[in-house]
Amino acid sequence: MRKLLLVLVFLVIYVLHQDIWFWTTARPFVFGFMPVGLFYQACFSVLAALFMWLLVRFAWPGHLEQEVEQVTGGGDADGKEVRR
Amino acid sequence: MIPAVVVFIYLAVVLYIGIFAFRRGAGREGAEDYFLASRSLGPVVFLLSLFGTNMTAFAILGSSGHAFNNGIVTYGLMASSSGLVIPLTIFLIGTRVWALGKKHGFMTPVQMMRDRWECGNIGTVIFAVQAVLLVPYIIIGIMGGGTTLSAISGGRVPFWFGGAVVALVVMGYVFFGGMRGTAWVNTFQTILFLVFGAIALAVIGAGMGGFSSAVTAMEQSPAFKPLLTRERIDPFYFFSYTFIPLSAIAFPHIAIFCLTARRMVQFKKTVIFYPICILAIWLPCVFLGVVANRVTDIPEIRAKQEARRVLASPQGRAMEPEQREEMREQAAGDDVLLRLLERFAPLWLAGILGAGIMAAVMASDSQILALSTMFTEDVFAFYGGKRRFGERVQVQTGRIFVILLTVFAYVVALNAPEAIFDLAIQYAFSGFASLSPLLVAALFWRGSTKWGALAVALWTITAVAAVAVFQEFVPAPAPGQTTVVASLGGWPALARTYGGTTVFRFMPVVPMVVVSALLMFFVSLATKKPRPETIARYF
Repeated sequence: MRKLLLVLVFLVIYVLHQDIWFWTTARPFVFGFMPVGLFYQACFSVLAALFMWLLVRFAWPGHLEQEVEQVTGGGDADGKEVRR
Repeated sequence: MIPAVVVFIYLAVVLYIGIFAFRRGAGREGAEDYFLASRSLGPVVFLLSLFGTNMTAFAILGSSGHAFNNGIVTYGLMASSSGLVIPLTIFLIGTRVWALGKKHGFMTPVQMMRDRWECGNIGTVIFAVQAVLLVPYIIIGIMGGGTTLSAISGGRVPFWFGGAVVALVVMGYVFFGGMRGTAWVNTFQTILFLVFGAIALAVIGAGMGGFSSAVTAMEQSPAFKPLLTRERIDPFYFFSYTFIPLSAIAFPHIAIFCLTARRMVQFKKTVIFYPICILAIWLPCVFLGVVANRVTDIPEIRAKQEARRVLASPQGRAMEPEQREEMREQAAGDDVLLRLLERFAPLWLAGILGAGIMAAVMASDSQILALSTMFTEDVFAFYGGKRRFGERVQVQTGRIFVILLTVFAYVVALNAPEAIFDLAIQYAFSGFASLSPLLVAALFWRGSTKWGALAVALWTITAVAAVAVFQEFVPAPAPGQTTVVASLGGWPALARTYGGTTVFRFMPVVPMVVVSALLMFFVSLATKKPRPETIARYF
């Protein structure tokens, strides 16, 4: 359920990237100089960072690290113990 | 000359970092230490270096140049979409590649694919496709170094010498420092990028007397107003660009870099801060590229604007393709940031900012190292070299490969026209994006097979070559015009535009990725799966 929600959030963010609503307008100039279309896309980058935080918080694949620790005996900084 | 001196000091520092990394790694002479820094990079170096590895010269010079001619759309096209897609692929794919590398000792993506799909020679085909798509970057990096050093020194440093200096410095720290040296240099360079953007914005903004008046004046001008919006951009084209960042994780140097983290937890900060790093570097560069259009007291900028005006006029539309190409080169804005710095920054500051630009054009280091890693692991070791001659000779082979590759790239850079490599790079991104289904299928789909992988590799190289041939034989029309070559149901199925090629109004990357994914799916369905015990090691 949690993963499904995150997929939905991703799809919403992906659609938000196609900001046709600011396609043909430069105004308002945010801070007096930045066209609104550019400001929107800058905010989109911040939104992307927040989404990444959500992913890390709620969908972190911690099992991968556990598998590595099981195989390498834990505390392996060099990854040299296991070779095929 | 002062800026050139500062840049030479910067180059010396970078070389020293590589040699310092070599000393730090003394006593550890294994392949894993040289090629992967013993999988021991800490969180800060991992974040900054991974980001720096992915930022080519285009991030600074190309982005402002593109924005100069195309306006604010540059940020949405290339930066914000990358800020979403690249960290997502690092999160989903990079972490899994890291874990498999730790568990099974893989050092390249091809090693993993060979094991996952129980194949040998198909892995060699994938290696060859990756190498063909990667080599033009290395060549263009050396060309960029020569051009930039020449421009910063006011022409006193000739192109051949500038290119040689950059090639020697990059070769030096990759040769000595391997992955550790390259990662440290990339970290240093990323810090320079980040500082560069903020300083350049402040200095140029102050020099122009603030940006408000410049932007307002641009809005009043019919020629410049479209640069503040996206009214001239096809939404299909804009959408297509979101497929390009899929290439990042498929680039061997990025996938290999994912293997260098000490712990998986280091990916956390990297994926969260990646979009912010993109914002910090791209936003100032794009904005400065746009407002450069208002700096009319720089003759070079006026000449570019005049070339752009002619191209869009009836006179431009009537030009022969060769003439139009020449005019297009005159209109190119890759040096606008350098021109703005020359005009507004004091000499000493121009030197420091020039060093930041050099950092951007020297991004070929990780690509050289990646190719060396791939050659020694995927070819030399795979075909018995390591077994016969030992690991020490393998590392020596890697170092010799670094020298040979750099010399080759330098010789080609001196003798071949840059336009060829520009074109190669233009579609290498699409090519690597088209290879991304390989990683997705290997890591997430039990049913994928080596024959599906072979189909993806062959389709990718065929599609890239087809687009290049198409653009060679169908000349680019004037800006704003489209040459429709084939239609289907009233839609332009295949068309040549001023900027490249479109397929049903999409950039070629969209059908390339979709067809790649379909090929992987259907060919895998129809062919024999790997043994269950092999699949069990991955799922």
